[in-house]
Amino acid sequence: MHPARSVIAFTTLSGAGFGVLFWLGLGLPDVTGWVAFAFFAVAYALAAGGLLASTFHLGHPERAWKAFSQWRSSWLSREGVASVAALVVMGVYGAALVFLDTRIAPLGWLGAALALATVYTTSMIYAQMRTVPRWKTPLTPVLFIAVSLAGGALLAGQVTAAMALLAVAGLVQVLWWMRGDGALAASGTDMATATGLGGIGHVRAFAPPHTGSNYLLREFVFVVGRKHAAKLRMIALALGYALPLVLLALPFSHAAAALAAISHLVGIAVSRWLFFAEAEHVVGLYYGAR
Amino acid sequence: MTTLPTSTTRKLGLVIDLDTCVGCHACVVSCKGWNTENYGAPLSDQDPYGADPSGTFLNRVHSYEVQPLATSAMPHPAAQLVHFPKSCLHCEDAPCVTVCPTGASYKRVEDGIVLVNESDCIGCGLCAWACPYGAREMDAAEGVMKKCTLCVDRIYNDNLPEEDRVPACVRTCPAGARHFGDLGNPDSDVSKLVAERDGMDLMPEQGTKPVNQYLPPRPRDTLDEVDVLAPLLDPVAEEPKGFLGWLDRTLERL
Repeated sequence: MHPARSVIAFTTLSGAGFGVLFWLGLGLPDVTGWVAFAFFAVAYALAAGGLLASTFHLGHPERAWKAFSQWRSSWLSREGVASVAALVVMGVYGAALVFLDTRIAPLGWLGAALALATVYTTSMIYAQMRTVPRWKTPLTPVLFIAVSLAGGALLAGQVTAAMALLAVAGLVQVLWWMRGDGALAASGTDMATATGLGGIGHVRAFAPPHTGSNYLLREFVFVVGRKHAAKLRMIALALGYALPLVLLALPFSHAAAALAAISHLVGIAVSRWLFFAEAEHVVGLYYGAR
Repeated sequence: MTTLPTSTTRKLGLVIDLDTCVGCHACVVSCKGWNTENYGAPLSDQDPYGADPSGTFLNRVHSYEVQPLATSAMPHPAAQLVHFPKSCLHCEDAPCVTVCPTGASYKRVEDGIVLVNESDCIGCGLCAWACPYGAREMDAAEGVMKKCTLCVDRIYNDNLPEEDRVPACVRTCPAGARHFGDLGNPDSDVSKLVAERDGMDLMPEQGTKPVNQYLPPRPRDTLDEVDVLAPLLDPVAEEPKGFLGWLDRTLERL
């Protein structure tokens, strides 16, 4: 799959942003006034900034509002509904904290649940794709939620929770990669089933439909970065999980915490680049590629 | 609504004969010709006369080489070349429809055709991600998703002579490799053809239940005598004689 910058930015930033909103909704940290304003500003910048980035890859962003209508069948539509609901509820909750010094706890819990639901709907957009065997697993939502909670805890200053969740998320990431490497072979889809010609013999792509490239090849048959995949996985693990863990284990300082947060976001962005670049769409089989 | 209908009155679709297709790409050209100037946005090309041409097509023809396994009876089986046209299969369980966030993609109850309402399409591309067959392509100029309409603007078009009320690809195929009809009706010509020739689904394990069916290539004939005229074509003179014989010997010595 083509690793579009807008979608990598969206899943990385929004995942972290909704993670922060989750912790703020639970009252962790229990802040009010201008301190609360600072936390909410960071959370909204990440969550809403990511959502805005995701509209950049649309062919017609001006019609994006129509995407709220098909929540009965479409995970993308559900994500739109859940994200707006989470942002509105947490906006009211945050305004009460900042301007009235009042914590409306049930509203916070609702907002936390909606923030988590938003991350879940995002992950299901990918996890539902039978065409991309590497994504089609319950581990995908587990990974997205674990990363979001860990990143949220890190940015919300929940040191103990962040350390535990970073370890868990790192483990899930490794498991996700291990399962993913055999997913296409295990899916049962190959050139024989794609063409239905497997009964005759070994199928080889002889000539593509056109000598030039096309939308399908550009969008689904991205193979450029795969040769560096192993190195990039180590970079993602080191920056996204290991380095933040080490920095959190040191005596607390704001500089170390900020460095941990930046390192985590960069590491997650690298892992999301791999999430797309390594994903093999079955349409590639028609071109003898994967 | 992007929820799928539980059943459709008819299942209009194509039957593509891989045994007969000669890979001439006439269906590709006629499809592009008809659909670029009818239903919805045109099918644009980018850099068509330049170094890196590409464009939107609703129908593309692949070619595959299939190598049968060697057997004791046939130690060196010849590879078979199969031309393979591919367009939207108008699946009964179309994953491209349910993922659409805006309701632009839908499957018609009356005939099962999968269409895109382009004025609702936001160009998110998710339906193309969900399609295992590569049947949907985002038009780079219009930013909306294009796909085979089964020439919905031909098959019901009273302004056309009756013989033209079939998809453009079917009408143009010089080999008769493409057939159009109601695959939901077991008595239709296309259904009979599928039953007779063991028509197959592409990627059945993807669970899309495609309406379009592919007829597999028939086994190739095997002949004991490769060429009945071969014995008569043996060279008459084994060794050159006379002037040619002298020339041959002289040139050998040089």
